[in-house]
Amino acid sequence: MTTATPQRESTSGLAEMPLVRGNLPNWAPWATLVGAALVGVAASMGLGLHIALAILLAMLVHSVAIYAWSRAVEGGRRATDRLVTTIVTSAFLLALVPLISVVVTVLQKGLVRFDSEFFTFSMRGIVGEGGGAYHAIIGTLIVTGLAAAISIPIGLMSAVYLVEYGRGRLAKAVTFFVDVMTGIPSIVAGLFAYALFVLFFGPGVRMGLAGAVALSVLMVPVVVRSTEEMLKLVPNELREASYALGIPKWRTVVKIVLPTAVAGIASGVTLAIARVIGETAPLLIVAGTTTALNLNPFEDSRMATLPVFSYYSYALPGVPREPYLDRAWAAALTLILIVMALNLAGRIIARLFAPRVR
Amino acid sequence: MTSLSPPGRTKAYQRPGDRIFSATATGAGITILVVLAGVAGFLLYEALPALRASPEDLPGGKNLAAYILPLAFGTLLSAMVALAIATPLAVGIALFISHYAPRKLAQGLGYVVDLLAAVPSIIFGLWGLAVLAPRSAELSVWLADNLGFIPFFAGPASATGRTMLTISLVLAVMILPIITAVSREVFLQTPRLHEEAALALGATRWEMIRVSVLPFGKSGVISAAMLGLGRALGETMAVAIILSPSGGVTFNLIGQGNPSTIAANIALQFPESSGVAVNTLIASGLALFLVTLLVNMVARYIVSRRSEFSGAN
Repeated sequence: MTTATPQRESTSGLAEMPLVRGNLPNWAPWATLVGAALVGVAASMGLGLHIALAILLAMLVHSVAIYAWSRAVEGGRRATDRLVTTIVTSAFLLALVPLISVVVTVLQKGLVRFDSEFFTFSMRGIVGEGGGAYHAIIGTLIVTGLAAAISIPIGLMSAVYLVEYGRGRLAKAVTFFVDVMTGIPSIVAGLFAYALFVLFFGPGVRMGLAGAVALSVLMVPVVVRSTEEMLKLVPNELREASYALGIPKWRTVVKIVLPTAVAGIASGVTLAIARVIGETAPLLIVAGTTTALNLNPFEDSRMATLPVFSYYSYALPGVPREPYLDRAWAAALTLILIVMALNLAGRIIARLFAPRVR
Repeated sequence: MTSLSPPGRTKAYQRPGDRIFSATATGAGITILVVLAGVAGFLLYEALPALRASPEDLPGGKNLAAYILPLAFGTLLSAMVALAIATPLAVGIALFISHYAPRKLAQGLGYVVDLLAAVPSIIFGLWGLAVLAPRSAELSVWLADNLGFIPFFAGPASATGRTMLTISLVLAVMILPIITAVSREVFLQTPRLHEEAALALGATRWEMIRVSVLPFGKSGVISAAMLGLGRALGETMAVAIILSPSGGVTFNLIGQGNPSTIAANIALQFPESSGVAVNTLIASGLALFLVTLLVNMVARYIVSRRSEFSGAN
């Protein structure tokens, strides 16, 4: 450690050694920040520096200024501390840049075609202008709804197993592989669904149900994980009070444990739906795309979904390109709105109905 | 009870409802294991025709390894570069949320970073192509001119920006939330007494973090990075949209001869493929599955070991 401790020449010098270290005033970081910002503005206006480079320059000026100032007044250790604070804070701010940029870009480009026609028309017989994503939105709702119908019972019961019944190696294995399963690439889930359904329907199978199965593989572990956390929060006293009244274990779970945790479970399920509703890759493989409305997920026929619609509109546009690209961005905007709304709903449910646990 | 029960445990009376319910719950748990085994099993079954097929029937006309290996190279290269960018940043963000941000704001800021994880990958793809790629093309020209001696930036720079560099940046953004979330959890688990002891000895906040938080969280950060690696390896749509692949095998991140990745290659080829080409793609998917499975298992093993002995502190 390079510490700038005051030199101790002799014992008599000890008396003069200050007991209180120099301190920068509270406004010091803000002062250097404003100064650095001014330098950045000047550089971008005067020298025509790129805005990103100007901000980078400002951050650099701020870091150097606060480090030098603090080192002079407070010594090396405090200066390093301030430098790290600056670095860590800018790391966080840097992470916000892509988030804001994504939201702004999608809003800007998506609003062009974010109209009522987009939500009420399919692409059947449409070339060029007009048309919409009605068929894709309905497809997404069907596929995601089916996936939820498959995943929620399995996920819920697995979590009940892990918390209420699971002992020994099987429970350990399930816990471990649920965690591992959260990392399965979505495209592999799609290939799995294809490999499964191809046995029944032959090569080239594309159907809504297969998409739902693929999404379930991705959704189950998320449901298990969040439900398990919530069930663990239910106080044991509640269970014991129920047993003491002679209530069987299964009724205790159904009537006491699950209702107590229902808010957290609902929130977890909402977040799990939010996670899979934007999945593109598995649906690209097993659900395919089409221009018309398809309401039957159980037959071997293609079913459009919102992310796949967006992908194909962007990747394989017709002539002229512009209307297709506009529709792609409008679909992206719809998707991001759905996902954000689901996320918000999940958080609000968790916040509002959280059980009062010590 | 009329008589004293014998010493030792007596088994609780099991009602039919109990039996059915516990069997259902256990069945659901087993279903998960079966599905995971099924993923491996069905992929292997569908990949077999590609393994057995004669080389000239395969796409590319060479053997299976020659088809998959360049893709595996591209997958690893992009994921590694993304990891190298994302990990230090994520550790910084995690520290900011766990130890620097005001207490009341910390949870909210955590949600903000989690929102990044909520953005669907297709949107990152569209954004990367529309916004990031042109910027990265400018950057690439500069890198090729000034840092061309590093093999990664050898150039000549691609004019479109649909390069490995761009997808690595996008992947870095996409894996940032998971690395941040796991690191944050581990940092928050640091024993309070360690932190207070350091502060009581006169350590500054950074010194306290260096002597107590970072040593405690090291293995957690490693496993967080591996989880991020797993995500980056399997990411499909963003890569499929942004990258313009040409099947080269090169470390040059900014040129035009980009290797593709396994996942993106599947997404791009699968819809138009038939016959043994489909089986070949499934074989490559199986390879991807096994690699990500391995990475995730190691990461989870480290995390679970951590949680066992951190509870004792």
